[in-house]
This record gives sequence, structure tokens and C-alpha cells, in this order.
Amino acid sequence: METMLFLPELLLILLALVCFVVSLGNNPRTGFLQGTVIIFALLALFATTANYRQSGTLFLGAYQIDQLSQLFKLVLFAGLALIAWATPGLRGIAKRLHPEYYLFLSVSTLGLVMLSSAVELLTIFLALEISSYALFVAIPFRQPLSGRQQYEASIKYVLFGAAASGLSLFGMSYIFGLSGTTYLAELSPLLPGLIGSQPLAVVGMILLLCGFFYKLALFPMHFWTPDVYQGAANETTTFIATLPKIGAVILLLRLVSLAGVDISQLSWALGILAVASMTIGNLSALVQNDIKRLLAYSSVAHAGYLMLGVIAGSTLGQAAAIYYAIGYLLMNLACFFVLYHLSSDNRNLHLADLNGLYRRAPLLAFVLGAGVFSLAGIPPTIGFTGKFVLFTSAFQQGLYGLVVLGLINAAISIFFYLKIVRAAYLTSTTADSAPVAINFSSKLLGLGLILAIILLGVLPQRLLALAKAAVALL
Amino acid sequence: MEQYLIFNQLNYPIISVVLLLPLIGAVLGLLFKSDKAQLWWGLGVTVATALASLPLYTRFDRTTALYQFVEVRHWLPALGLDYAVGVDGISVLLVLLTTLVMPLCVLCSWSYIKERMREFIFVLLVIETAMIGVFVSLNTLLFFLFWEAMLIPMYLMIAIWGGPRKDYASIKYFLYTFAGSIFFLVAIIALYVQTGSFFIPELMTHSFSFSFQIWIFLGCALAFAVKVPMFPLHTWLPAAHVEAPTAGSVILASIMLKLGGYGFLRFCLPMAPEATWYFMPWLIALSLVSIIVGGYLALGQSDIKKLIAYSSVGHMGFVTLGIFLLNDQGLKGAMLQMINHGVTTGALFILIGIIYERTHSREMSVNRALGAMMPVYVLFLGIFSLSSFGFPGTNSFVSEFLVLLAAFSKYPLVGALAIVGAILAAAYMLRLLQSMVWADSDGHGHHDDGDDHGHGAGHGHLLKDLNAREIGTLSFLTIFVFWIGFYPAPLLEVMDVSVTQLIDQIGNGLPPGGDDNLHQALTGWGNKMTGLFTPLRP
Repeated sequence: METMLFLPELLLILLALVCFVVSLGNNPRTGFLQGTVIIFALLALFATTANYRQSGTLFLGAYQIDQLSQLFKLVLFAGLALIAWATPGLRGIAKRLHPEYYLFLSVSTLGLVMLSSAVELLTIFLALEISSYALFVAIPFRQPLSGRQQYEASIKYVLFGAAASGLSLFGMSYIFGLSGTTYLAELSPLLPGLIGSQPLAVVGMILLLCGFFYKLALFPMHFWTPDVYQGAANETTTFIATLPKIGAVILLLRLVSLAGVDISQLSWALGILAVASMTIGNLSALVQNDIKRLLAYSSVAHAGYLMLGVIAGSTLGQAAAIYYAIGYLLMNLACFFVLYHLSSDNRNLHLADLNGLYRRAPLLAFVLGAGVFSLAGIPPTIGFTGKFVLFTSAFQQGLYGLVVLGLINAAISIFFYLKIVRAAYLTSTTADSAPVAINFSSKLLGLGLILAIILLGVLPQRLLALAKAAVALL
Repeated sequence: MEQYLIFNQLNYPIISVVLLLPLIGAVLGLLFKSDKAQLWWGLGVTVATALASLPLYTRFDRTTALYQFVEVRHWLPALGLDYAVGVDGISVLLVLLTTLVMPLCVLCSWSYIKERMREFIFVLLVIETAMIGVFVSLNTLLFFLFWEAMLIPMYLMIAIWGGPRKDYASIKYFLYTFAGSIFFLVAIIALYVQTGSFFIPELMTHSFSFSFQIWIFLGCALAFAVKVPMFPLHTWLPAAHVEAPTAGSVILASIMLKLGGYGFLRFCLPMAPEATWYFMPWLIALSLVSIIVGGYLALGQSDIKKLIAYSSVGHMGFVTLGIFLLNDQGLKGAMLQMINHGVTTGALFILIGIIYERTHSREMSVNRALGAMMPVYVLFLGIFSLSSFGFPGTNSFVSEFLVLLAAFSKYPLVGALAIVGAILAAAYMLRLLQSMVWADSDGHGHHDDGDDHGHGAGHGHLLKDLNAREIGTLSFLTIFVFWIGFYPAPLLEVMDVSVTQLIDQIGNGLPPGGDDNLHQALTGWGNKMTGLFTPLRP
């Protein structure tokens, strides 16, 4: 029974082992590896679905399977499969490193999956580090290996990651010192009282959360984002920009909900970080020319929006945060899918490289349009519905200031999202008229992403109901 | 829910038909390859929509203020969000205006649009659905969805088929409108959190606290004031109008600006009546400034399209003035003015498009002395110019007269200032007419006086007069000019009961002693402002 609950994780470990074995050979076949990753991710997905309603604890109560972790595991496995599907051939990675690349992706995903079930501070830390370390190694894999920017990106990622982990551990020490326990279940009755009476508890919580701010790219832990996005290969960025954020959201939900539903000092501190994150992200994105840097700053801004649901703390707010995180995964994936397919020589694309995309690859242009309009929060996309539910939940908790500032930020962000659309749809140059060829399976994925972005936006109730059920027990 | 509504008196869902026809047409239209087929398809779909919408007028029950032809379908039960559509006396005419103007937009694009025809027709039809959707939505969120859905296609229309400064104009349009509607979204969320409902008829019957009304009013009013557009938020309009293709200008002028006025009538007045009274002096003042500034700026333009764009600011000032006089004649005048402005200014933009196709210039100095070579064109130009400044016997006369009547009966000073705007309108339209029709005979000698454009009247024999398509388009609008000018009763009758109901709902003044801080803080200013508008009678 318990093994069945742990089966998805075991499948991921098995996948990592398979990749390892393949890496011992001389002539890896990327198509085979890609298929293996997708199949294992889908198997893990089915294993999770089969046990979706089950719950239980493992490893002396440090590892808990509940609705929340199950929902996030579904998203993570689906995300892994989609990422592998969206980046066929791994053009940006040196050929002989392909098995290792997939190995590190699966290990990082394993870390995130464990993160979604970890309910004890040290286990959380362990899972966080597993997911980070794998990426530290995967970032410099970019071709050509003699390049410099990927090493710069990797070093930045490591340094900021280490600093964030250090702060996180330091915060844990405060929390442990005040409460005498590392189990979330034992913390939850104590913490609201502590936060009300001990400023140290608020400081400890903020420091503890820093590790997840780093994953989510929330101010003030966002500085690595633009450089890492820019330096990593397109396929690596696709991963970094999507799955780790999902992992961060679940832990933010678990940890912040420990502080109780009341609006406390912690909420205000988080609110300030959220607003700063939105504002800095959007204002910095206005002047970017490299699309990956632009999307990096946009992700900083989106981390801010997402925090509104976490801060609101109500069932609707938490469900909205989950819903928005899923939406964010889809729309970001849509954008990076297009970037990956457009950048046939693996360089970073600038806005001008999108010129005339509408003629060169109508489908890619449409996928990009759907993703970008969704990021901008324009109906009828999932991005709009997500923002709407987020803001509604924050409004219900009386966070009027946050709602207004968030919406003003949404208005600012329109400008740079429109720049992308304009480049893709409105400017056409004769020089760029060579069509971009994509194969059938990528076309299928592109159509699927468009449909998901629009359909989940128009008919959100199933997903919201799932998310609400998942957070009911927090 | 039943207590608010009259259900559908027809045995088929007419509003859904009208709403979805253009959308389905847009998608199916993508199948056609040739440009001509696209145009015919676009014309067919818009005409079919117009015909399908006619029962809204003929079967409309003029004796009730309730919503008619209503359809309600559950959509997102978890949030209380439904697909709810219906019309009342306020919206039905605007729906008809939309469906009747759209075929003309296709007709005036017949030779104007030269590239990407398939996308053009697609965008045009999507805009039609979105605009109709705004007028018929009975659900705030649905309203907002349609409101935002207009944004992207209109942006594309300006940005793809626009003039030389299309980038600037389209971005400005998008940013202004989006920034305005953001606060509208806050208001919708606030209303939902307060009442747990998105259903407009239900929200209209709620009575909210005064301070809540203030915020709701401000949130909504900002979005609508941008759309109308009201001074000082009007600067996007001339840019958008000038750069947009003819069809885009016609849609903007005839229908989109009306969405702002409609929003005031649908949201601000019934949902925040006390706040409406509270803000009335400011809005009247801003309307007057719009009327006068719009007229004054129009006087100085040499670009014909810009002139008409600024005149729109002035005409829409009459609409908001009529609305915020908050009495029967004012509201009816405002609603009629919306229809009239849609007819007249739409026609003027079509006329500009026609001359632009022939001379490739919108400058008054180039397009002058057309009287001799394009008599039919000049005939229509004359009719619509007279209509534009409210010449008796034309449509605008009736509506401006009603608004002025309302103003004089309430605040003579306001009426006197509004008259200035009407005089300015006569001045700039006559100046335009004089220059375009006769400029030749008044000593301005245009013959080869170093004219860089090379488009003087010297090439007159090259300019063809209107063809049958253009005559048909303009004749259709001319009917409305004289019909409304001489016999507006049928239209007034349609809106009568709804307006009376709305006036009942607003009550007749701010209850004394507002009891909250904001009110206290603003009272001093409010009193000073209101003092300016007290009746002059002893």
C-alpha cells in the first residue's frame, strides 16, 4: 500500500537510472531518450491518478501524501512530459551530454515531487537542494561548450541558490528554536500564536521562505533570473521557467497557511514583497530586448501576482494560486516552445527575430500570441481567469491596496507583451520570409497548448474544484 | 432571479443568434481564399445579422422597463457566473445601431483595404460580436469579457491596416483603454464581494453604502470616461481615428464611443445613484470642457479626419452632459445623441475615406473645390455636415435640442456654455464645407501655387464621382438623418419607459448629511462647485 503511494517517485528514480545507464554508452539516441522520459513521466502520472484519492504518511511522518501533493505531482509529471515533448532533439545541448541532461532533469523533478510531499523542515530542505543541485549541473551543458555565458549563469544560479538555502536554514533554526519541532503538523497549532507575540517568528518565517522565493523568483531573491534565463540553453530555460515555480508554490502554500488565516504582520511583509516583485519585474521588462530576459522579468512579476493568492490565505485564494500556477506553466511553456523551435541555431532570440513570424510559421505565431495574451491577462485565456480569481480572493480578504497595485501592474505589463505580439504579427520583413519547419508532433503540441490555454480559461470550474479540494485540509 | 426579468417573448434565442452569427461567420470566413469572396461573405454575414436583429425592434415591448428577450444559462456555478443576455429600452437601440452600421463598414472597405483581406473580415466580424456582447450582457463579468475582447481586434485593425503612425496610435489606444478598464475590473470584483452576484439587474436593485458607491462610481467612471472619451482622457481618440482605416474609424466613432455612454447609464447611474448626484457637478463641468475644447481644437485642424475626430469629442460631450443632467429630457437627448452621432459621424468618416481613396490625402488644402467635379459627393457631404452641427430638420438637432432644453431648465449657465459648443460646431463644419466645396471661388487661388502635394483641383477631371456602392452606403444613412430629424417619436417611445424607470431609481438628490470621511473631506469643494451651477432664477 505504502509502496504504491511512493510508486511515482520510484518511477522517476528508475528513469534517472535508465538515463545513467544510457550515458555509459558511446552513441546516445536522443529520440529514444526523449520517448523514455515522456513514457516514464506518463507512467508516473497514471500511478498518481490511480491513487489520487489515497492519502498516507511515510518515513516517520516526514513525507505525506495528500490531495495537495497528489495534485501537484500530477502537474509536475505532466509538466515534465510536456517539456520533453516541447524540446525535441535538444539542439542546444552537446550531443554526448544528452543522457546526462535528461538524468539531471529527472533528478530535479524528483526533488520537486518530494518537495510537494515533504512536511518536515529538514526533509523540505533536502528536497529543495536535490531539485536545485541537478540544475546547477545542467545549466552549463549549453552548446558550444566553450561559451562563457552558460558558466556565468550557472555560477550565478549556484551562488544565489546557496545564499537562499543558507537563509532558509537560518530561518528554520529560529522556527525550531521557538517551537521545538520541525514537523509542520506540530508547528501549525503553535505558529499563529508565536507570530502574534514574537517578532522573531515573523523574521524566521520570512527567512525560511527565502529558499522558495528563490525558486519562484520573487523579490528580493529574483536577481539570478534574467542572467540564468539568458545564459542557459533554450531547453534548460524552458524547464527552469516552469517546474521549479510549481514546486515553490506548494511549499509557500503549506508554510504560509501555518501562520493561520488572519491577516498578520507576516501577510503584510509578504504583501510588500509581492508588490515590489510585480513592479520591479514589469518595469524592468519594459526595456528588455532579449526575449528570454523579457520573460525572466515577466516571471518575477508573475511571482508577485501569485503571492496575492497565498497571502489571501482563504480556500479560494489558495485554490487560485494553484490554478494560476498551472496556467503559468502552460503559458510560459507556450512561449518557450515557440522560442525553442524558432531558434534553430540555439542563440538567444531578440524581439526583432520574431518579425514576420506570422508569415513564416502561422501556428507558432498563434501559439506565441495565445501565450503572451494569457501572460498579459486578457480574456478569454487562463491568464485572465487566473488573475481574476486571484484578485477576487485578495479583495475578499480586504487587501484592496494589493489588488489595485496588482491591476495597475497588469496594465503596465501590457506594453511589453504587446511588443512581442506586434513583432510576430505586424512587422514583416522580406528578408525573414524563410518558413520555419516544424514536424507533426510539435504541431500537435502547439494546438494542444492553445486549446488548453483557452479552454481552461473559459471553463475553469473543474480545475478550481480540484484545487479547492486539495487545499481544503491545509 | 425571475423577479427582475421578462423572459423571451420569441420562441427562439434571438440575442444569441445575433451575438453568435458574426462570430461563426468570422470562423467560416477563414475558408475563403479570394478577396472578393471575403468581401461578399463579410457583407452577407453582417446583413444577415442586421436582418436577424430586426425583431428586437419590431417585437420590443414598449410598455415595460424590464429586460426583454432574456436568456440565462449557467456557466460557472461555483462563482455565480452565468451567461445572461437581454435588452431593455436603453440598450436595444444601440444593438440595432451596431448591426445596421456593420454592413456599411464592409462596404466602405470594398476598395480601401488592399492587403490581408481575410484577416480584415475576420477581425471586423469578431469586433461586431464583442460590441453586441457588451450591449446585451446582463452579467458584469460577461460584460467585462466582451469589453476586453474588443480590444485586441481593434488594436489589430489600427496596427495592421492603419496609416503611417499606426504603431503609436494603436499602442496608445490599447494602453488607455486597458488602463481604464483595469479599475472597472476592481469595481466588478468589489460589487461581487459585496453582493455575491454578477447579475446586473440584481446589482441595480441593491442599495450600497455611500462610501462604497463613491468607489464604485470612480472605478466605473474612469473606464467609461476613457471610452467616451471625456476631457482630459480624450487624447487617444484623434490619434486612433486618424490612423485607423475607414472601417475602423466608423466602428470607433459610431459604436465604440457609445459603449462609454452606455456604461454610465448601465453601471454608474443605477448602481451608485447617490455618488452620481455627488459627482454630478464635476462631470457636468468636464462635459462642458469636452464640448468646448473639442470644438475649439476642431476649428484649428487642417487634417479633415482629425477635425471630425475632435468634433466627436465635442458631440460626445453632449452625451455625457445629457446623462449627468439626470432628468428625463437630458437622458433621452443623450441617448438619441448617441444614435445620431453614430449615424452622422460614421457617414462623415465614410466620406473622408472616399475622398482619401481618390486623392490619397486628408488635408483640407488638397481636397478643395470639389463642388464642380463631384456633385453627388458634395451633396452628401453637405447633408451630413449640416446634420453634424445640428441644423434643424436633421437628426442631431433633435438630440442637441433636448440636451440644451434639459440644461436650460436646470442650470441656465450650463446651457449657455453648451450653446458655445454648438456655435463652434457650426463654425468648423461650415469652414470645412466651404473649403471642400467652393474654396476656388473665394480668392484663395489654389491653382499651382507651389502646391507640393500636386493634388489641387487642377486634376479635377481625374476625380470620379461616387459609384453605386458608395451612393447606396450613404443613402442608407441619409434616411436616418431625416427620419430622426423629422419624426424621432418611434425611437423616443422605445426608450421612454426605461428612462423613466432609471430616473426613479436615481431619485432626486443627494440625501443630506453624508456620514463618512471622504464625503466630509470633499464637501467643501463640492459645495463650492455646486454653487456655480445653482439656478440663476431669483
